Amino acid sequence: MADMKVYFDHNATTPLHPEVKKEMIAGMEMFGNPSSMHAYGREARANVEDARQKVADFIGARENEIIFVGSGSEANNTVLSLFVCSSSQCIPGSRRGTIITTKIEHPCVLETSECLAHRGVRVKYLNVDRYGKVDLDQLYGMLGDDVGLVSVMMANNEIGTLQDIEAISKMVHESGAFMHTDAVQAVGKVPVDVTKLGVDFLTISAHKIYGPKGVGALFVKQGLPYCPLIRGGHQERGRRAGTENTLGILGMAKAAEMRVAEMPEEEERLLLLKQRLQRGIEESIADIYINGHPTDSLASTLNVSFTGVEGEAILLYLDLEGIAVSTGSACASGSLDPSHVLLATGVDAELAHGSIRFSMGRGSSMQEVEYLLEVLPRTIQRIRNMSTAYVKGGSHAARR
Amino acid sequence: MLQGGEWAYSDTLKEHFMNPKNILQGENTDDFDGVGMEGNLQCGDQMMVVIKVDKEKDVITDCQWKTYGCASAIASTSVLSEMVKGKTLDQAFHISPKEVAQELGGLPDHKIHCSVLGDKALRAAINNYYTRNGKEDKVKQDQVKVVCQCMNITDHDIEDAVLEGARTWFELQERTKIGTVCGQCEDEAGVLLEKFKHIHFGL
Repeated sequence: MADMKVYFDHNATTPLHPEVKKEMIAGMEMFGNPSSMHAYGREARANVEDARQKVADFIGARENEIIFVGSGSEANNTVLSLFVCSSSQCIPGSRRGTIITTKIEHPCVLETSECLAHRGVRVKYLNVDRYGKVDLDQLYGMLGDDVGLVSVMMANNEIGTLQDIEAISKMVHESGAFMHTDAVQAVGKVPVDVTKLGVDFLTISAHKIYGPKGVGALFVKQGLPYCPLIRGGHQERGRRAGTENTLGILGMAKAAEMRVAEMPEEEERLLLLKQRLQRGIEESIADIYINGHPTDSLASTLNVSFTGVEGEAILLYLDLEGIAVSTGSACASGSLDPSHVLLATGVDAELAHGSIRFSMGRGSSMQEVEYLLEVLPRTIQRIRNMSTAYVKGGSHAARR
Repeated sequence: MLQGGEWAYSDTLKEHFMNPKNILQGENTDDFDGVGMEGNLQCGDQMMVVIKVDKEKDVITDCQWKTYGCASAIASTSVLSEMVKGKTLDQAFHISPKEVAQELGGLPDHKIHCSVLGDKALRAAINNYYTRNGKEDKVKQDQVKVVCQCMNITDHDIEDAVLEGARTWFELQERTKIGTVCGQCEDEAGVLLEKFKHIHFGL
C-alpha cells in the first residue's frame, strides 16, 4: 500500500465530480456574455437561468432568490455588510445596529464582524459548549429590538458540529431580527431547505460539493431589502455586478444536481467510516480526545486531539505517506494562536495544537480508513518518542 | 498521479524532519552532564537539549534532544545537535538562531521563532553543566532589560517579535502591546527594533 493516496480533507475542498467535469468541458464552447442580446448571449443567459433553477431547487428556494457570487466568503461578507448601510432602502441598520454571531464562525464572518465593529456596528459573540453547540439561552438574552441580524453557521468546518438552525431562526424572528446561516459545510452533506430552516439569508459554495472553485450562491428571501457589495452592473438583477462566471455557474448547478442524486445513501456509509476511524484511533492510540458533538455532527468529519504532539508535524508525516488531513495547530496556520473553534469549545491550547481533522467524502472508502489506521498509530508514536511531553519535567496537557 | 509541489521548507530542513538526528531515547537523562529545557506546550513549542562534556577540554562530545513542535522546530533542534558536537562550551553558547536557520537552508519568516528555542535550551544545558560542576562563576545569564515598564516588555520580547516577523513599530505593538499605555519607551524600543532587524535579517 506504499503508493496509496488518501484524501481526507474534503472540508477544505473537494475533487471535481466526473459529471461536473464533463458538463464544464462541454460548456467551455459557450463563451457568450449572458447580458448580450444576440444568439451567443441568449444561449449563455438560458444556461445561467437553468442553473439558477437547479441551485434553487437544491435548497428549496425560488430561482429569483438565488444570487451567484464568487465564493462563500463573498456571500457572507455581503450579508454582514448590509448592516453598515443606514439607508432606509437597505436593511434597517440605523435602528437595529447590533449583529449577533458566534465564536466559532469561519474567519470571513469573524473578520468582517470585527471590521464592522470598527465602523460603529455593535457585534456580540455567542459562546458554544464543549461540543461546539451554540448557547440558546445566551442568544435569547441577547436578542432585543436593537438586534438587526443573527448569523450562525449550520455546520462547523473544523469539528463538524451541527446547530439547530430551525429553532434559532424561530427565536430570532420572534425578536424581529433577520437570520443568516453559513451553510457552506452543511449543504450537500445534510438536507438543507431554506423554508424548513426558516432563514432569510443562506450561503453555499460550489467547491465544497464537488463543483468548481470561484463560485458560490447567496440565498436572499424574496422581498427582503438588499444592498449589493459589488456595484456597477445590472447582473444578478442589480444585486451583484460583474459578468457572470458562466462556466462556474454551470458546474455548480451540475454539482447540486449530483448531490441530490447521491446524498441520500452517502450519509450512512460515511457514518460507518467515521465510526470505524474513531474506534480504530481509540483502540490503538492512548491519550486522545475527540472534539465536536458525538451525534449532532457531520458524518464525514472527525476531529481528534493527540496529547504531546504538534499538529503540523502529524500533517507532514502523514503527507509523506500519501495521506492528506488538516490541523488546528498554530504552526500550520501562520499565526501564533491555535484553532479559535477548539479554544471556544474550551479545549486546552496544547490539545488544540495537537488536533487533526479528518474529513471524508463521496470517494472515501473503508480501505482508506484501514490504511490510515495502519499509518497513524506509528506516526503518533514516532512523534511522541521525540516529544518533551513524554519526559520527566516535560509539561502535560491539562485534562478536561 | 499526484505531483506534490515544493514544500514550504528547504531540502535540508525536510531531510532533518524526515530523519531527525540524535533524538534522546527514553526518559532518562542521568547519563548526561547538562540538561536544558525551554518553551511550553501551551505555546506549541518546547525543546529539551542534553549534552555530554569532555571535562578536561570543556568540549561537547554528545548532544541529544527532544522537541514538541512543528516540522521546523524538530528540524532545527536536529541540526543544532549536529552543529554543537566538538565545539567548546563557549563556542556553543554563542550559536545564534540565525546560524541555525542558515544551517537549515533558511526558514520561512513566521517559523524563525521555532529555531530560537533550540539555542535557548542549549544555553540552559550549558549553564546546567556549569552549575553541576561547581563552576557557577561561568554561568551566563541572558541579560534581560525591561524596556516598556507599563506592559513589562523586555528587550528579549522585542527580539522574539522581530524574529516572528515584526518589522515596524505598529507590528511590534500588535504582537507585544509594547508602548500601548504611556508610550515613553517608543524611542528606545525603536532603536532595539532596528538593531534586531539588522542582526537577524540584515535589514
